[in-house]
Amino acid sequence: MALLQISEPGQSTAPHAHRLAAGIDLGTTNSLIATVRSGQPATLPDGEGRHLLPSVVHYAASGEVLVGAAAAALQVSDPLNTVSSVKRFMGRGLEDVGSLGGNLPYEFVTVDDPVPRIKTVAGPVTAVEVSAEILKTLEQRAQATLGGPLTGVVITVPAYFDDAQRQATKDAARVAGLQVLRLLNEPTAAAVAYGLDQEAEGVYAVYDLGGGTFDISILRLNKGVFEVMATAGDSALGGDDFDYAIAHWLMAQAGLGDAVNHRQMRRLLQVARQAKEQLSDAEQTHVELTDYGLDWHGVLDREQLHALIDSLVQKTLLPCKRALRDAGIGIDEIREIVMVGGSTRVPRVRDMVGRFFQRSPLVNIDPDRVVAIGAAIQADILAGNKPDTEMLLLDVIPLSLGIETMGGLVEKVIPRNTTIPVAKAQDFTTFKDGQSAMAIHVVQGERELVTDVRSLARFELRGIPPMVAGAARIRVTYQVDADGLLSVSAREEVTGVQAGIQIKPSYGLTDHEITRMLGESMTHAREDIAARMLREQQVEADRVLEALRGALAEDGARLLSADERIAIEHQMTLLDQVHQGVDGNAIKRAIDDLEQITREFAARRMNAGIERALKGHKLTEFSQT
Amino acid sequence: MAITLSDNAAQRIKTFLANRGKGVGLRLGVKTTGCSGLAYVLEFVDEVAPEDAVFEAKGVTIIIDPKSLVYLDGTELDYGKDGLNEGFKFNNPNVKDTCGCGESFTV
Repeated sequence: MALLQISEPGQSTAPHAHRLAAGIDLGTTNSLIATVRSGQPATLPDGEGRHLLPSVVHYAASGEVLVGAAAAALQVSDPLNTVSSVKRFMGRGLEDVGSLGGNLPYEFVTVDDPVPRIKTVAGPVTAVEVSAEILKTLEQRAQATLGGPLTGVVITVPAYFDDAQRQATKDAARVAGLQVLRLLNEPTAAAVAYGLDQEAEGVYAVYDLGGGTFDISILRLNKGVFEVMATAGDSALGGDDFDYAIAHWLMAQAGLGDAVNHRQMRRLLQVARQAKEQLSDAEQTHVELTDYGLDWHGVLDREQLHALIDSLVQKTLLPCKRALRDAGIGIDEIREIVMVGGSTRVPRVRDMVGRFFQRSPLVNIDPDRVVAIGAAIQADILAGNKPDTEMLLLDVIPLSLGIETMGGLVEKVIPRNTTIPVAKAQDFTTFKDGQSAMAIHVVQGERELVTDVRSLARFELRGIPPMVAGAARIRVTYQVDADGLLSVSAREEVTGVQAGIQIKPSYGLTDHEITRMLGESMTHAREDIAARMLREQQVEADRVLEALRGALAEDGARLLSADERIAIEHQMTLLDQVHQGVDGNAIKRAIDDLEQITREFAARRMNAGIERALKGHKLTEFSQT
Repeated sequence: MAITLSDNAAQRIKTFLANRGKGVGLRLGVKTTGCSGLAYVLEFVDEVAPEDAVFEAKGVTIIIDPKSLVYLDGTELDYGKDGLNEGFKFNNPNVKDTCGCGESFTV
């Protein structure tokens, strides 16, 4: 006998055609899956009643793969083949991996491509493959619970994930055989779970401190619609860092220096985490280090814990300030502050965040499950189980998307914090006569020069018909879909030739890089504008010289005296000299001088052109038309 | 005419209705579809149609359209578990045959 669920009015499905959808919170430390049954969203437990699936995967020489608690149990005894916190490496390059420090309990291997691979006895595995194992385990749990295969899933990602990281998450779902209805920003999912869409219109903040990532989002609720006004964060800061801070303190207390092996580090982190969790309820906790050649015991109290983590919590408040500034919102305009992520259980975090936002944060929903629950609600709607879309979630892009223009300058096509999905087009033209191809260089970042931003992709538009410089019209379209993935196309409007690219960069940015890039765009604002001005003058000089050389070759001998030509060529040489310098104003003066001296030449060319056009015609022919 | 609810089913329906925050009751029904002819309908109700029959059972308002009523007379609605899965079950004396999974049936 089939087990049935209650549907919304008029939304009953035909037998064997249930639209089973789930929300997945693919977390750094733990992952969850949730679904909506009989109108009620809930996370799904495994056969032993555990909701949280530790995001840990163990690879055995036999090829057997363990996921979750069984894998976590092997972290200490077999650290090299037990992969944890793999979300940190999604869409990352090998060079980024190194920046996360020497505390990694497993090792990476270098291969030809830039995707880092983790060395295991079962062979090298990528972060995408490890994540796919976690997703498969969650999907099996959902199948067993719902009695059928999933129609689709919504997977949450940190708001700060760039294109590469989002794409890697989608890839993991594909490897796991899951249909992704949509990727959803974690704080946006949390807001849905909290039912903030039922609350009064206004501005809400979502403070999400998980195991490995921190996100702050400023959401505006307007006529039942959430708009993400701004997001900021640090995707390399979380409860794991609290654990490391405590572990390092333990190492110092136990006189271990930095000389600990993989197993000891695992053990230290386990003990540190336990101590941290106990201090959420207790004022002090007893710590014992006994195994793996460790021998120390002592007491950790809240005061000491605060000393260890205060600077880390303080680090989360800077992005809070930035997000408020980006949103153009004062602290007093925030109606509620919502706490998400297991690390917000730490009372010190609640205190400091409460003090910053000058109000008590909302903590009434299990902060570990809230994101998965929001994703499940969204998945239920996307799968078609609601009469009509009750809400429209809007996300934003974290860094501006731009294109390289002449002189290595960045032209921003879609500015940072634009809500997605979005499509924007901009027209460009050719720089040289007869130019038949154009290189499109897609970049991401806030700075003015290509050398200071991140290159995402390059492609060429070929087959532009020969035209004089500036006559061709090439429309470049940037499109970011609801998942935050970018596709770029270029089309020559006269002939219709086009080329395009789906941005799937081989790896992404580190979180430090994103924060650094944002910071630099502000600190370097003045010099960036000076640099931009210089490059613009250099490009203008190139254009003037190029045009003049063509004109001289064509009409120089016919229309100029020897002296005039020498004077022009002298001024061209002067411009050529200053053009490589760093003084934008000098270049501008030289361009003005050159234009001054060639004005007569330009006039004569124009007259000659008109004369040519009129030759052989009678004046009456023109007056008649 | 009699439709009954098990204690467990009544409890669950109340919880689900309370969670949903709106709705006047639960609609039971059948529709012609599926591999064996008829399938059950189980929906929240926001508006009762004039022709609907309305019952009270263990504090739950049950709404059934008259056409479905003949197929459901004597049915007990239960809530049960099967491994990790859980949901509502129709114990319907009118059913002669069901498809393999029991989602659709003939009378």
